[in-house]
Amino acid sequence: MEEENVILSFKGIVTSELLTSVLHIMEAKMDSLQEAPRTRKKVFNVLVECLQNLYHHVDETPLLFSKEVIERKSALVLIVKEQDHFIIRTGNYIDNKKAKDLQEKLNIINSMNKDELREYYQLSLNNAMVSNKGTAGLGLIDIARKSGNKLDFEFLTINEESSFFCLNVKID
Amino acid sequence: MENLHIVASAKTPEVLFDSETGVLLLKGRSIPENSIEFYKPLNDWIDSYASKPSTTTCIDMKLEYFNTSSSKCILDLFKKLEKLDGTTVSVNWYFEEDDEDMEEAGEDYQAIIKLPFKMIEVEEI
Repeated sequence: MEEENVILSFKGIVTSELLTSVLHIMEAKMDSLQEAPRTRKKVFNVLVECLQNLYHHVDETPLLFSKEVIERKSALVLIVKEQDHFIIRTGNYIDNKKAKDLQEKLNIINSMNKDELREYYQLSLNNAMVSNKGTAGLGLIDIARKSGNKLDFEFLTINEESSFFCLNVKID
Repeated sequence: MENLHIVASAKTPEVLFDSETGVLLLKGRSIPENSIEFYKPLNDWIDSYASKPSTTTCIDMKLEYFNTSSSKCILDLFKKLEKLDGTTVSVNWYFEEDDEDMEEAGEDYQAIIKLPFKMIEVEEI
């Protein structure tokens, strides 16, 4: 099992404060692991985007927190160090309607080589509109560019309305 | 006009915009969840600066990390600088040795923005 290589894992609602703590802990861990600055930066960058995707794309917090609602809004994050690379794994519930668009976007990203991704990023950056939440639709493209690997993902169907979205990012 | 000084935080960079010298500095990390709020006073400052800019304007981008939410705000900042009249504007883009991602990020802006960019490699930002 990969368990012994897990550097950090958590399950819960991703808040701004949690994000700050996770990044803080991760930086300290990377320091103690004495990773090369290049790796450290890539892992940190990808982690920021992954966490902020979870932060922004898990829907608005409802006023009532039933146990079920909390469960649905929770996300999973796992950071694993293998011998020569890192893996950042995230999991979150998603509406099936949104899942379709997300899957299309991921397929487009995975069909591109390094230069195509760069062009796609520049085009998206120049045409991006920042939403009120501060999102610009660039996160996944950036993750793919910085990881240098294809994005490994899966949608597990829960029921007619929702699925569980798993994303695995490998960083060399 | 007054200079703009914002102290760095865990998720936002230090900002030092000097109207007299025309040197604008962004230093550190820019990874807030919502960057619009953070960049608003910077944009507002440039709007006021536009009425009486220094003969030269140079923005020093010394960023260690920035997220995609900030990347759009940074582009908008450059676009504002691009439109300034009566001042020669240039960009100094700093990146640390071996940080090809930050170097590429500078080149991405260079491809979009019509301002002279100087790419400067340093040991540590």
